[in-house]
Amino acid sequence: MNAFPWLSLLTALPVVGAGVVLVAGARSDRAARFLSVGFAVGALCIALLLWHGFDVNVGGMQLVEQHAWVPALHIQYHLGIDGLGLSMLLLSAIVTLISLGASWKIEDRVPLYFALILLVEACLFGAFTALNFIHWFTFWELCLIPAFFLIKIWGGPRRTPAATQFLVYTMAGSVAMLLSFLAMYLAANTFEFEELATIAQSGRLLPSLAASSSWMHLTPEHLGLVIFAGVFLGFAVKVPVIPFHTWLPDTYAEAPTGTTILLTGAMSKMGLYGFLRILVPIFAPQMQSVLTPLLWMAVATVVLGSLSAMAQTDLKRIFAYSSINHLGYCLLGIFAAVRYAGSDAQLLTQRAAALSGTMLQMFNHGITAATIFWFVAILETRSGGARELSDFGGLRRNAPVLAGMMGIALFSSLGLPGLNGFISEFLIFKGAFPLATWATALCTIGLLITAVFILNVIQRVFSGPLQERHSNFLDLSGKEQMLLAPAIALMFLLGLDPQILLSHLNATVLQLTNTIKF
Amino acid sequence: MSWIVHNLWLVAALPFAAGGVISVMKQRQRTLAAGLAVGSMALSFVLALMAFVQVLTSHGEATRQFSNFAWFQFGAEWVRLGWLLDPLTAVMLVMVTFVGLLIFIYSIGYMAEDENFKRFFCFLALFAGAMLGVLIANNLLLLFMCWEIVGLTSYLLIGFWYEKPSAAAAAKKAFIVTRIGDLGLFLGMAWLYAQTGTLLFYDAGRGCLEANALTTLAMHTTVFGLTLSSAIGILIFCGSAGKSGQVPLHVWLPDAMEGPTPVSALIHAATMVAAGVFLLARVYPLLSAGVTHGMTTTVALQVVTWVGAITALFGALVAVAQWDIKRILAYSTMSQLGYMMIGLGTGGVSVGMFHLITHAFFKALLFLGAGSVIHGCHGEQDIRFMGGLRKAMPVTFAAYSCGMLALCGVPLFSGFWSKDEILHSAFVWNLSRGPFYIGAIGALLTAFYMTRQMIYVYAGTTRLAAESTHGEHGHSGAHESPKVMTVPLLILAVPAVVLGFFGTPVWPWFQSFLEGDTANVSFGALGGAFPLMIVSSLIVFVGLGLGWLLYGRKLIVDVGALDRIESAQPGLFHLLSGAFYINELYAATVVRFTLVAASVSAWLDRWIFGGVVRAISTIFVLFAKVDSFADTHVVNRGFDAGCGSVSYGGSFLSKLQAGKVQRYLKFVGVALFVAVALLFWGGKA
Repeated sequence: MNAFPWLSLLTALPVVGAGVVLVAGARSDRAARFLSVGFAVGALCIALLLWHGFDVNVGGMQLVEQHAWVPALHIQYHLGIDGLGLSMLLLSAIVTLISLGASWKIEDRVPLYFALILLVEACLFGAFTALNFIHWFTFWELCLIPAFFLIKIWGGPRRTPAATQFLVYTMAGSVAMLLSFLAMYLAANTFEFEELATIAQSGRLLPSLAASSSWMHLTPEHLGLVIFAGVFLGFAVKVPVIPFHTWLPDTYAEAPTGTTILLTGAMSKMGLYGFLRILVPIFAPQMQSVLTPLLWMAVATVVLGSLSAMAQTDLKRIFAYSSINHLGYCLLGIFAAVRYAGSDAQLLTQRAAALSGTMLQMFNHGITAATIFWFVAILETRSGGARELSDFGGLRRNAPVLAGMMGIALFSSLGLPGLNGFISEFLIFKGAFPLATWATALCTIGLLITAVFILNVIQRVFSGPLQERHSNFLDLSGKEQMLLAPAIALMFLLGLDPQILLSHLNATVLQLTNTIKF
Repeated sequence: MSWIVHNLWLVAALPFAAGGVISVMKQRQRTLAAGLAVGSMALSFVLALMAFVQVLTSHGEATRQFSNFAWFQFGAEWVRLGWLLDPLTAVMLVMVTFVGLLIFIYSIGYMAEDENFKRFFCFLALFAGAMLGVLIANNLLLLFMCWEIVGLTSYLLIGFWYEKPSAAAAAKKAFIVTRIGDLGLFLGMAWLYAQTGTLLFYDAGRGCLEANALTTLAMHTTVFGLTLSSAIGILIFCGSAGKSGQVPLHVWLPDAMEGPTPVSALIHAATMVAAGVFLLARVYPLLSAGVTHGMTTTVALQVVTWVGAITALFGALVAVAQWDIKRILAYSTMSQLGYMMIGLGTGGVSVGMFHLITHAFFKALLFLGAGSVIHGCHGEQDIRFMGGLRKAMPVTFAAYSCGMLALCGVPLFSGFWSKDEILHSAFVWNLSRGPFYIGAIGALLTAFYMTRQMIYVYAGTTRLAAESTHGEHGHSGAHESPKVMTVPLLILAVPAVVLGFFGTPVWPWFQSFLEGDTANVSFGALGGAFPLMIVSSLIVFVGLGLGWLLYGRKLIVDVGALDRIESAQPGLFHLLSGAFYINELYAATVVRFTLVAASVSAWLDRWIFGGVVRAISTIFVLFAKVDSFADTHVVNRGFDAGCGSVSYGGSFLSKLQAGKVQRYLKFVGVALFVAVALLFWGGKA
């Protein structure tokens, strides 16, 4: 059971790294930068090792570490990964490196900045491996603190309100979630995700909830809904689901771009991870009973997200809304998967398609969005901080390689076949169409509007005559090309051979599809 | 399974690989880039010929061979892809590689002076790879993927001269308008997958185009009383309509002429736009599923026919009143694609495909001829400024004439046979004669507008010296193009003339080949088709005669002169030259609606979703104010010491957070307290 504690090591490494960067980096910014990259590469290597040693035929948890932590409250130090957790670990490790790359030009309080980035990484690792609520919640909340300071200290002109809104809004969601889990603890006497899921699937959760906290004389079903709503709110804010998203555009726009990369690439996945790890196994019946509003929220997230992106003129705000839109497809996949009870083969197939697509989309969006923001950072640095569409134009003349590489990333976001985004979107639509036909059909509007605003960005930034002030705009240097190439290569790789990732996700998907019973 | 079936993917992979290599080459390695692109295309052509021979020499069931493989898994299922060799694929492969090869060679001359020569060949090679991928796919998903990449390369090539704002806008428009159609195709694909459990076309009885699946699809009805097969078929047709420039998704095609002319010839005349027709030919079993006794057609085929008919007429009408040599051809292409749709809808695969093939050759010829003219006229595209080119560019003139006669459908030229077959099947269509009459009027208009164009461009004396808005003048008149451009023209002229003889009523070799039969020579068949041939010939000659009457009898000398129709019917002419103002209509409706929707969405974000959040925070801040008022004035004295420390902590926090956060923290704290209290209080009650 308790083999070598790889997962603890993985989580501890960036924490140690942060300390080292703070101490050793105090003398030279350069050392701080390289040290932090060193630790991030180390974390990536461990993640790849885990990837390599992962048994793809097992749907349940692997590399489990379990120790009593606070026995009186049944709190355990409980770690483990399945395919979903593994893919999120790998994604976090990659996105952190991209974030560090895009933050290279930060000049102010360098060691602190890079140490905080590593701390975020550690919290991500912690949250993606924890299997006990308290353990998980600790990392979930801790993550906000370095992120808050990253925005607050290195952000744009309106960073203070943005950081505050980010912190308070996500915390309000977390409070709701905490209350729900306390209620469940009172009922089930456990904080373990897997135990809670087993109890819920056997139908014992609602009666015990009613017995332990018959709040406001609600029926067990309604009480279940209230408890579900609390957990849902916590995740919905994090993803975010429209209408709980208003913190996001300001935060993404005001945060330093390297931090935005972490926020969109990895931290937004914590919310979706929660949907898959906690909501679907425990609350599938509750989700099903309010499915219509949930599906509408997914449609709103997809369609309004893309429309709002179209209305923006600031590059970071455009891609902030674009993130909302892309994660909306994941919501569609998840909600469609819990639409119907039962376990006949055809239903399981559609469900598996939707959930595979969702998990793949989480990974793909992380890679693509992080890379796009990296390019935004490059544009920002080279044009002296310009981010408005009207600040650019005709850059392709001076920077053909930048135009080509950023073009690939943008088309990946648009869902062009051959690049990573397409397969995941196809799988989601394929699975969701028979399960939730009209919602899926409406979501295609999002696919169209995405094309509109992405091509608009390409047109406004790279086409047309070159603006006078950019006459000295430099193309990507050889070194930059080398650094960006792996991200671009990954887009092609996952677009052409998605089996690389799906093989590791599949057993988990199968297990999850079978847990959806009522 | 023969070698070529097993390795058919090479046909598409070679140009892809060439494109990939060229993309990382240096800007100045021009010869190498062109060499790689042309070389890969030549190899693909050889492979295509091998595939063709393979199909030609096999019989019965063996004419359709496929090779499938597993791609990725989800749950208990695998997504399988594959490639397919059947007569349809074989014919298209030969056509696309042959026309493509000639256009690649032509481009060496046409693009010689362009600084982005290398990039041009990179995009061309990628296009060829994707287009060939569409042809060989044995899976709708694989076809769709290649289809989208074709759209991407089309986008890249239309916007090739990216510094021209009009080119960048046209590229974007093309991508978005075709994507509207593609979303229909995407949904159709998802639906088909859900219903049949596979997207493989042929899979030894389990494919979605095979009898088992089709029977189920044709039996079930869904929305509006459509059969499933028709509903899915119509969704797939949306994709075709987008790619093939059918009304109402045609608006991108004329604008696509912003791209370099070889691109217009290859992508927007011969191959990509015809891919829509090819797709329908590929899924024809689905479109026609459920054709049973007494019922000759399906709703899906009727939709195809009528949309095709409207497009055929629309394109021909608008082409009458254009000044740009390429736009005339673009509207003509649109109109001819409409004919293919009529043919497919009323007569089946072989009728539509025959016109697709003949059209590909003569329209590529016409576009390359137009490119040669533009090249010879130093970039001038307005036919009012041309004239007299017959003497200046004799080779181009000769080749162009062949193309023009074939397009008009002058007897014995290739277009005559294929168009006649379409008119014939429309004539015997037992639902309505409408498509036939529309087709006949369109044929007349085709002959008319091509005559107009020929006279403007080639007859009389040159008007090139006159003032023009574009084109670099000051050159000494027009000149003939170099050999690298004229030789492909002459080669293309041969099929434009003779190709029709492979599909005459007497010897319908092409039709039999597509259906896997052998053709017999039967002069008896001519008897049935003869009356209609006479009629359609008459129509063509009336069109040619009208054109000559209006423009040929008295030649245009003055550049500023009004068109003959314009002076007689200015309102009509402007309606036609404005393409019925569809663009303006869309700008006022769809585009404006989308922009308004975007603003509304942004407004909702700011004032509703954001407003609620702000309102809640304001309420809590108010509570906090009331609370602090009570603190100061009511309970202040008793809690002086406590308040002192609180305010110390508060001011410390406020220094840290610059003002706002403690209020929020307070709200969170209060909320937490109240909620926990409620929960426990409620629990005990």
